[in-house]
Amino acid sequence: MTVLLRASNVQKYFPVGRQMLGRASGGRSSGPRVRAVDDVSIEVRTGETLGLVGESGCGKSTLGRCLVRLHTLTSGSVSFEGHDISGLSRRELRPLRREMQMVFQDPYASLNPRKRVGTIIAGPLRIHRQGNRTQVRDRVAELLELVGLSPEHVNRYPHEFSGGQRQRIGVARALALRPKLIIADEPVSALDVSIRAQVINLFDDLQDELGLTYIFIAHDLGVVRHVSDRIAVMYLGKIVEIAPAEDLLARPVHPYTEALLSAVPVPDPELSARREQIVLEGDVPSPVEPPAGCRFAPRCRYATEICAAEEPPLVPHRGPGHLAACHHPLGPPQMTTA
Amino acid sequence: MGEPLLEVRDLHVTFHTEDGVVRAVNGVSFDVSEGETLGIVGESGSGKSVTMMSVMRLILDPNAQFTGEVIYKGRDLMKLSKRTIREVRGAEIAMIFQDPMTSLNPVYRVGWQIAEQIRAHEQVSAHAARVRAIELLASVGIPNPEQRVDDYPHQFSGGMRQRVMIALALSCSPSLLIADEPTTALDVTIQAQILRLIKKLREEFGSAIVLITHDMGVVADVADRVAVMYAGRLVEQGTKHEIFNDPQHPYTWGLLGSIARLDGPRPRRLATIPGTPPSLLSLPDGCAFAQRCACRFERCFTELPPLLSRDTLLSRDPMPNGHLDACHLTSAEKRAHRAASLAKERT
Amino acid sequence: MTGFILRRTLWTVLVMFVITLLVFVIFFKTPGIDPARSLAGRNPSPQVLAEIRHQFGLDRPFPVQYLVMMKKLFVTRDLVSYSNQGQQVFPEIVAAAPATLSLVFGAAVIWVVAAIGMGVAAAVLRGTIFDPLLMIIALIGISMPVFWLGEVANLITQSKLHGTPLFSWVPPLGYTPLTQNPVLWFEGLIIPWITLSVLYIGLYARVLRASLIEIGNEDYVRTARAKGLTEQRVLIRHTLRTSMITFVSLFGLDFGVLVGGGALLAEVVFGIHGVGYLTYQSLSNLDLPVIMATVVYGAFFIVLANTLIDVAYAWLDPQVRIS
Repeated sequence: MTVLLRASNVQKYFPVGRQMLGRASGGRSSGPRVRAVDDVSIEVRTGETLGLVGESGCGKSTLGRCLVRLHTLTSGSVSFEGHDISGLSRRELRPLRREMQMVFQDPYASLNPRKRVGTIIAGPLRIHRQGNRTQVRDRVAELLELVGLSPEHVNRYPHEFSGGQRQRIGVARALALRPKLIIADEPVSALDVSIRAQVINLFDDLQDELGLTYIFIAHDLGVVRHVSDRIAVMYLGKIVEIAPAEDLLARPVHPYTEALLSAVPVPDPELSARREQIVLEGDVPSPVEPPAGCRFAPRCRYATEICAAEEPPLVPHRGPGHLAACHHPLGPPQMTTA
Repeated sequence: MGEPLLEVRDLHVTFHTEDGVVRAVNGVSFDVSEGETLGIVGESGSGKSVTMMSVMRLILDPNAQFTGEVIYKGRDLMKLSKRTIREVRGAEIAMIFQDPMTSLNPVYRVGWQIAEQIRAHEQVSAHAARVRAIELLASVGIPNPEQRVDDYPHQFSGGMRQRVMIALALSCSPSLLIADEPTTALDVTIQAQILRLIKKLREEFGSAIVLITHDMGVVADVADRVAVMYAGRLVEQGTKHEIFNDPQHPYTWGLLGSIARLDGPRPRRLATIPGTPPSLLSLPDGCAFAQRCACRFERCFTELPPLLSRDTLLSRDPMPNGHLDACHLTSAEKRAHRAASLAKERT
Repeated sequence: MTGFILRRTLWTVLVMFVITLLVFVIFFKTPGIDPARSLAGRNPSPQVLAEIRHQFGLDRPFPVQYLVMMKKLFVTRDLVSYSNQGQQVFPEIVAAAPATLSLVFGAAVIWVVAAIGMGVAAAVLRGTIFDPLLMIIALIGISMPVFWLGEVANLITQSKLHGTPLFSWVPPLGYTPLTQNPVLWFEGLIIPWITLSVLYIGLYARVLRASLIEIGNEDYVRTARAKGLTEQRVLIRHTLRTSMITFVSLFGLDFGVLVGGGALLAEVVFGIHGVGYLTYQSLSNLDLPVIMATVVYGAFFIVLANTLIDVAYAWLDPQVRIS
C-alpha cells in the first residue's frame, strides 16, 4: 500500500469582504476570513477511492482543489508521490498536471460550448505536446470508446449531447493524459438518477481497467458509499471522521456522521417509518469565524462543556483505520448515549 | 381516505416551438384525496412539474395548449375565468418551488410578502396580516419571528428561506399544497428538517400534499401514494408500499434498482437503465419506455399500454384506483422479469 | 446606509481629484503646446502672454501650476476668458445653467413617463403585433440624431407651418427664464423637450421591455402569481419594481451627462444658451479657460450622478446594502 498523495496540516483561508489593492494572498491579512479548509491531514493510497463527503461550506471542494494545487495553500503541505508540491510555481507544476486530473460537477458548464468535442478532449494532449496530429486523433477516438461514446461524435458540439454524455466527455478529457489520480468533484449530482448509475458504473470500470486512484467528492452519501473504499466526513473545514466505507456506515463514531447517515432518506417505506431519525437543529454554520472548541458542538445532541472548550483531535477509535475527532465518540450502535 | 379533492382527467400539455411540438404531458389522470400525500416521481422531462403547474394554470406560455380536465372541489379549473383562478391560487391551492434562493422577491421584506398573499384573499388590515405572518413564521420554526419578519430574503439561509416559503404557502390554509422538489436544493440535514416540518404541518393544517421529486427516499418517507411518470405519462401508481414492495413497471424497477442506497449490502454494480429518455419532440408510438426496456416485445412498440390495475384486463371503471401500471406484460411475466433483474443485481 | 453614503462620498472626492488632474495634464502638459498661447486665445500680444504666464504660474513647478489652476477653478473662481475680452468664466456658466437644467429636467420627465408606458405596453402586449410595432417606433426614435430632428422640427414649427394655428404659438428660437415669463418659458421649451426625449424614450423603452421580460421569467414572479395576485399587481409590484433598478441606474447616468453639458446639440439647434451651448461656442473659438471649466463642470455632474445612482441602487436593492 503506497501513499500517492499526502496532505499535512493543510489550511486554506479566503479573505472576506473588500480587498484594498493587492491583498490577494491566501488570507494572511487581518480581518475575517473564510476558513474553508482548516488543518486537514489526509493520505490517499494508490488504487483506492477516497470519498470526501459533507454539506455546503464543509470545504470538501476546496480541499480537493488544494490537493491538486488549483489553489495555493495558506499553510501546510501536499506531497504527490513523495515530492512536496505545495510551494511549486505554475511552471514547475505543469508536468505534474499530467498525473492529476479533475472532473467537475456541471456537465453544462465544464465543456466549452464553442469547441467541438474532439477538440475538447484533445486539449490536454495538445497542451502537453503529446503526439502528433494523427496520434492525438487516434487517442481521442480511443478515449471516446473508453467512456462509452461513439468515436463518430468527435465533431459534434457539447449542446448536442445529454447531461450524462457530457459528463462522459469530461471524464474522457480527464483521462487523456493517463493520469494516476482523478479528483471527481460532484460528478453525478447534476444528473438524473438513472443516468447517475451509468456514470458511476463507468467510474468503477475505468478504475479496474486503468488502475486509477480516485478522490470522489460528493454530498450524496449513498453515491459515496457505493464508490469509495474509505470515506472522510468533513464539517466546517475539518475532517471529523475517516474510515473504511462499510465501517463508517455500520459503526459511525462521530455524532455528525451519525446524524448525516440518519438524515439520508431511505427508499424503503417500512424502514423509513421504523427508524428513529436524528434531525439536527439549526443551520449549517458559516465557515467564517467558526465556533471555538469542537465545531459541531452547537448542534450536537451529546455535547458537554469540554466540547465547547477544547477541539478534539482526530485519533483512532476502534482500530487504526478508523479515526474520529470527538470527545464523546459513539459506542456500538445498540447503545443510545445521553 | 376521503373524497377526491383533485381529479386530473386525461391532461395533455403541448408546446408549439420552433423545433416542433413538445408533448410535455400526454394523457395524465390521477386523483388526490383530502388530507393525503401523493408523491409524483420522475426524472427531468417526465412532465411532473408541467402537470402541477398546469393544475394551477401557472403556465403562461402563449405556445402552450391544454386539453383535459382538472376538477377541484367539483369545479374544472381549466375552464375557470382568470379572475376565479386567481382566487383559487394561494387560498385553495398553494405551491412551493425548488429553489428558495430565487423564489422570494429580493426587494421586499418577508413579512410583507406573506402579508401580501393574505391580503390578496382576505379582508384584513395590514396590522392583522403582519401579526399572522409572525405567527406563521413561528409555526415553521423560525427563531425570533418578531424581528425576522422585517428581514429580507437574502438575510436567511437556504433552509430558513424554504421555511418562509412554506409559511407563505400555508398562510391562507389551502386544502392542497403542491411542493415542487422542495428539498432538492438543500443540504441533507436541512432536508431532513424540512421534511419533518412538512409532516408536522400536514397534521396541523390538514392539507393534502402533492410532492414532486426525483428522490425515492423522500417519497418513501413522506408520501401515502406514489405516481411514477415517464416521458409525460403515468407509468405506475399505487400506495407507497405497493410501489416499493411490489413494483410492476420495468421503469420503476430500473429507478429503484439504480439508487445508490445506504441500507442493505453494497451491490457489485448499480443496475442501470441503458440509454436516455426520448425527446418530447418525437415520442414513439407505443410505450415510450420500450426503447430502453429489457423486457420489451413487439406489441410495446406499436400499442400504447393503458394504465390498468394488474388484475383486470378490461377496466370496468373508467378510472379505477388502486395499484395501476402501464405495461403490456402480464402479472406473471412481470414477476419473472423482476426476479431475474434482482438476481442479476446481487451477483 | 450612512456608512455606505460616507464611503461613496469619499470616493467621489477622489475621482474628482483624478479628473481635474487629468484635465490639467491634458490642457497644460500636452507636449508641443504652449499653454499660455492656448489660454490667450487668438493673436495674443506679448503683454497678454506675459500676464498669463504670471497669473497661472506657468514658470513655476508642476504641482504649483496645478494648485493655481485648482484655486482659479474652485476657490476664487476668477478664471478669465482672454479671447472673450476678459469675461469671467464662472458667472457665465452659472448664468447658463438654468437653461440647461430646464431643458434636461423637462425632457427627463417626458422621457421617463413615455418610456415606462411604452416599455410596459410592449411587454404586456407581447405576442401581439403591438409589441414589435412599439419597438420599431422606439428604434426609429433612437436612430434620429438630435440635431437633424431638431432642425426638422424647427423647419416645421418655425417656418413651414408656423403660420398655421398648429404651430403659430411657437416662439422664436431661444430661452426665456421661468421667472421672467412662465408661459413663454414653457412654449419655448416644449419642442426642444420632445426632440431631446425622443432618443431616450426609444432607448429606455427597449431596455425596460427587455428587463420586464427577463424578470417576468424569474422564480419570484412565478411565486407572486402562485399567490393569487392580480396580473396588474404582479406586473407593477414585482416585475416593474425590480426592473426599475436597471432603469434608474441608466437614467442617473444619462441625466448626469446631459446636465453636465451633453445636451449640446439640442441647445445649439434650438438656440438655448445653456452650458452645452457655451461649450460649443468655446470650442469654436478655442477659448481654453471656458473649455476647461465646462469640462470640469460636466465631469463633476457625471460623478455626482454616479454617486447618487449608487445610493439609489442601494435603496432599491437591499442586497447591495450589506456589502
